[in-house]
Amino acid sequence: MTEITYREAVRDALAAAMRDDDDVFVMGEDIAEMGGSMGVTQGLLDEFGPERVRNTPISEMAIVGAGIGAAMAGMRPVVEIMYEDFLTLSLEQIVNQAAKHRYMSGGQLKVPLTIRTQGGAGWSPGAQHAQQLEAWLVHVPGLKVAFPSTPEDVRGILWSAIYDDNPVIVFEHRLLYPVKGEVPDKIEAIPLGSARTLREGSDVTVIATGPLVHRSLEAAARAEDDGISVEVIDPRTLQPLDESALVESVKKTNRVVVAHEAVTRMGFGAEVAAVLQYKAFDWLDAPIERVGAKFAPLAFAPVMEQFVVPNADDVLAAIKRTVGK
Amino acid sequence: MPVIDEHERNRTLAGAVAKVEKRRAVSDELLRDFLREMLLIRRFEERVEDRFRAGDLPGFLHVAIGQEAVAVGVCQAMEDGDVFASTHRAHGHTLARGTHPNAVMAELYGKVEGCCHGYGGSMHLYDVERGNYGANAVIGGGLPAVVGAGLAFKLRDEPRVAVAFFGDGATNIGTFHESLNLGQLWKTKTVFVCENNHWAESTPGWQHSPVWDDMSKRALAYDMKSSKVDGQDVGAVYEAAREALEHARSGDGPVFLDVETVRMHGHYIGDPQVYRTKESRDEAAHDDPIEHLRDRLGVADDEFEALDGEVRGLVDAAVEFAKAGTDPQPEDALKNVYS
Repeated sequence: MTEITYREAVRDALAAAMRDDDDVFVMGEDIAEMGGSMGVTQGLLDEFGPERVRNTPISEMAIVGAGIGAAMAGMRPVVEIMYEDFLTLSLEQIVNQAAKHRYMSGGQLKVPLTIRTQGGAGWSPGAQHAQQLEAWLVHVPGLKVAFPSTPEDVRGILWSAIYDDNPVIVFEHRLLYPVKGEVPDKIEAIPLGSARTLREGSDVTVIATGPLVHRSLEAAARAEDDGISVEVIDPRTLQPLDESALVESVKKTNRVVVAHEAVTRMGFGAEVAAVLQYKAFDWLDAPIERVGAKFAPLAFAPVMEQFVVPNADDVLAAIKRTVGK
Repeated sequence: MPVIDEHERNRTLAGAVAKVEKRRAVSDELLRDFLREMLLIRRFEERVEDRFRAGDLPGFLHVAIGQEAVAVGVCQAMEDGDVFASTHRAHGHTLARGTHPNAVMAELYGKVEGCCHGYGGSMHLYDVERGNYGANAVIGGGLPAVVGAGLAFKLRDEPRVAVAFFGDGATNIGTFHESLNLGQLWKTKTVFVCENNHWAESTPGWQHSPVWDDMSKRALAYDMKSSKVDGQDVGAVYEAAREALEHARSGDGPVFLDVETVRMHGHYIGDPQVYRTKESRDEAAHDDPIEHLRDRLGVADDEFEALDGEVRGLVDAAVEFAKAGTDPQPEDALKNVYS
């Protein structure tokens, strides 16, 4: 095992895939000499050259669309959309094209495209550089959506995404890039659709994504001081969703908190709550709690931003509500 | 320097036209093949109109009657291995690239035997084996992928070209501009074919674009080689397409073809065309590429009737094939969502 950062883990998967397979290449805004706005692709230009590490114009429709075409022609492109806020510009290509070519062609085509993007609050960029929009894409049949939270997970899931024959959108989080974690010496593929239990417990299950995984682990440690045993599960991919892992945990704990940084209303937590109330109705002893951002764009002033975005205190409060404390 | 001469010459319409005139003539034998292809497409689409009005065909259908020379000229110029993206007006491109009329008609009937097994329909015809990467019902939706496929051919050093068909209406949407920019910037193996029929649904060219009468000006903005082509002359289309494909194939970058053509019918089947004058419709009816070609070749009535009978037979057979086809099972709708 080696300790690396989340940022290094992403880079590691990209570089390994490019060494492994000439059909893998990367393109996006400022990813070559600059190494990407988050520094993820630093060094790739030196190793692989400008044909395979391609700086693009500021042109999100063409970045994603060119990735789609190269994928249909048999390559495995990985495109970077600098901020997920800018993913909105390429939604036509993602939703109408990437997600549907296989289907509309009656199974003739495949689109092995990986789209990496990142976002997240906590650094006061204002309303257009920190949204969490992953739930939008889970609504579209034909897409796979991942949101890994640890270095090991992001490396193994990105690897699987690159070698998946479907379009996969991998959401990274700005605040996670410096987070360190142990990874196996060799990259191990993590199947898309497998949840990970990060902490076992018996009273409450917290199902969390992205930075809320870490905030939930903090809340779980504090809950233990109050005698509450909390299990923390990260689904890692939102589509496909490892429903059975979530259901099994709920059957054990009988109480659930769903936590994500995205806005609560119509968020991923709503879908998880719907799945669990249907598949584990008889096991639930309390209403399912949802933790997410309040219903407002992200304000610039740090105090307002922090007010909107959920933190460990919010998760802890939700945990306590489920056990009536 | 010759390089600059070539570059500059293509910046002007006069230069492009001069170049077309220099091209060697297409043989009459080849043109007779083209006549048959165009007539097959015409009779096929007329039957599609008829069957839609009879209530046989579900959905939303668009024919390209009057634009057959563009489909045949470009598709016949393509090589095995070349790929293309089409539009909502896709029957002609698909047939011209060799997909059997039975498979296209069965698709329009929503049958398993269709070229997309009933998943696509008229606006989403695919035939990957013949390079058809899909007809697109989103205006301009297929252009970025054609740049990407052309990039893949370049990166893999393959002698293949990706062709985009689109109408003049698509030249105002973002994907068009982003695709021309990226394709030229990276010199992808791509050809852009603008089927300029001067209509964006019901909106005439002069109401939607400041350069509606010469779309090749759009290419100049991206420093892309371009030609203006008479889309009612299949020989001219074929020659221009051959040249454009060879340019792109050799790695010299994309080419933009502004192919002037005529939409003889409405935007969709059943369109009453309240927005179009009788003069405009009459003018279109007299600019029929099939009649032009027949005149040029001097095809006698009996010979033409024999040819017509042959293609009508193929269309009859296609309708019979489609009607006898298999309906998909409802639950097949859940297949092919993921690979």
